Amino acid sequence: MESYLNLFVKSIFVENMIFAYFLGMCSYLAVSKTVKTAVGLGFAVIFVLAITVPINFLLDTYLLRPGALSWFDKSYANLDLSFLSFIMFIAVIASMVQLVEMVVEKFAPALYGALGIFLPLIAVNCAILGGSLFMQQKDFSGIAESAIYGLGSGVGWLLAILAIAAIREKITYSNVPAPLRGLGITFIITGLMALGFMSFMGIKI
Amino acid sequence: MNRDSNAYTFLFATLMVLVVASSLAFTASSLKELQISNVRKEKMQNILATIGIETEREAAEVLYNKYITEELTLKEDGSLDPDINAFDIKLNNELRKNYSDQRFPIYVAVVEEEKYYVIPLRGKGLWDAIWGYIALEEDKNTIKGAVFDHKGETAGLGAEITQQWFRNRFLGEKVFDLQGNLIGINVSKTNNDPKNLDKDDHEVDAISGATITGDGVTEMIKERLTHYLPYLKQGKSIVALYN
Amino acid sequence: MKNKKRLKTETTSIFFVSKDQEPLLSKKNRKLLTDPMDDNNPITVQVLGICSALAITVQLKPALVMSISVMAVMAASNVIISLLRNLIPNRIRIIVQLVVVASMVILVDQILRAFAYDVSKELSIFIGLIITNCIVMGRLEAFALGNGVWKSFLDGVGNAAGYGFILILVAFFRELFGSGKLFGYQVIPESIYEMGYVNNGLMLLSPMALITVGLIIWIQRYRNRILIEKN
Repeated sequence: MESYLNLFVKSIFVENMIFAYFLGMCSYLAVSKTVKTAVGLGFAVIFVLAITVPINFLLDTYLLRPGALSWFDKSYANLDLSFLSFIMFIAVIASMVQLVEMVVEKFAPALYGALGIFLPLIAVNCAILGGSLFMQQKDFSGIAESAIYGLGSGVGWLLAILAIAAIREKITYSNVPAPLRGLGITFIITGLMALGFMSFMGIKI
Repeated sequence: MNRDSNAYTFLFATLMVLVVASSLAFTASSLKELQISNVRKEKMQNILATIGIETEREAAEVLYNKYITEELTLKEDGSLDPDINAFDIKLNNELRKNYSDQRFPIYVAVVEEEKYYVIPLRGKGLWDAIWGYIALEEDKNTIKGAVFDHKGETAGLGAEITQQWFRNRFLGEKVFDLQGNLIGINVSKTNNDPKNLDKDDHEVDAISGATITGDGVTEMIKERLTHYLPYLKQGKSIVALYN
Repeated sequence: MKNKKRLKTETTSIFFVSKDQEPLLSKKNRKLLTDPMDDNNPITVQVLGICSALAITVQLKPALVMSISVMAVMAASNVIISLLRNLIPNRIRIIVQLVVVASMVILVDQILRAFAYDVSKELSIFIGLIITNCIVMGRLEAFALGNGVWKSFLDGVGNAAGYGFILILVAFFRELFGSGKLFGYQVIPESIYEMGYVNNGLMLLSPMALITVGLIIWIQRYRNRILIEKN
């Protein structure tokens, strides 16, 4: 239990997708002009990460990694399909995004109204594929760990985009040098925020 | 045919999957040999580096066969397990097993009639796994050499553990104290001996800015060596070696 | 402003596709190559593809390899999509693009692992992240689906070069000030260290990549005032 909490906190603060790895920067920069849209995209990211990371974990454990197919038949123990992991992961992500979109549209129209336009954007959000690739590297021991890692990374991402959106809303009232306006100042603020987040590094819980 | 019809879409998708799958499978299987041999040769290169033989990756295999005389697989009590090839043991898979099922590989090298013992290491750094090899001299106490590698330590800081200058700090240090207790090597920030002249203090100078990675190295060396105690202490009194 | 300009070049190039008589490197084609270097840079102007890039700009070598890999993937997938542009069913075109990009990336990854093992270790998962590099998908969707093979090839190379240019620029400053080296060779002489100069360890940490890009954008927009955003 404690190790789960540790992993959760670590994936939010220490290994924050945006501040430590710059993943999902494109949508982070493009959709952070107002808090409202930022929150919408943030929740969509949490949603999709929490679903795709465990699915890809199962895929990796029972299909892709060297010897993974030995549950099926002993003669497949030497098979190594790991070269297919990129394409399998992205296929899972793209189809999950579609599926989630359809399910949400059918059963929760209100939620769809809020998240709907963001879901298609997410298939090409690096944070989502990054989550699955990090999961593969980290050698998680069970599906619960990978689900918590996915959830935590998503929450970290939401936190980051929420913070920058709030700052950007306020900064329109400030006198920023003209060439730095918009993109430039956003980069620099993100850098400063990342510096702050570095103080979480190496924290032991 | 109509480009938007269902039949065409299915046909296109099927063809695409077939073409992509076969071409990827073909490249992957034809490059596989090279990739595996890269990994093997890197391992040999690392093991050789600990006993002071720096080599190009291509030459590693020949030199490895020349200098490494034995590859031993140890059980937890220090006895040999002849069924498992030590070189094929992957520590990250091994550490996930039950303790009694774990096996501990050790390599014995002979260079110019000097005997060395090379022990593989694996532990955790700041971000992710770190690993390496450490070679002990014939007294099974003095460090002959060490190499380290990592998965994702901060480039320029923690990642510097792979560098020669850091590895050189370990040369000549001792892992046991005078009473024969395992101390390991403390990668220390508060080192009274930054020039690393005192080889009996079980300490080396840390890399500034890489405290946690350094602690990981300290931890890793001690933790791994503990498992080899039965073998290292076999038939010898460590205390006697100091006299 | 910039969108209007891009639209214009695109419509004219669509118009020219039918009579492929112009010289290989006509003025317009050259523009496809040079535009992304500055006025239409994928990173600093179009804000695409920052994700997979910045984490590997601590040193020049991985940044260079990353740029070359992105260029290979972009050029190849642009050409393939452009060849297939009249065959791809509209409904599944995004999936088709993803599959093409993903297979190109797998090829690059496998080749690096076989022939440039050390570099591939260093880039680790960031090679995989080329798949979701928005520049690649963005150019496929916006350009290759509607243009001829040669133009798409140039567009791919041009955009990858613009991307690589920023990557290498950032890596240059970070490696120079962070560790006093370039491509791993010491360039700041020992005598300067003896005078009390110290490497700036902060440059090696990830936040400085963002701040460096921010400063590059500042300089670029100061020179080229058209690009300044209105609040």
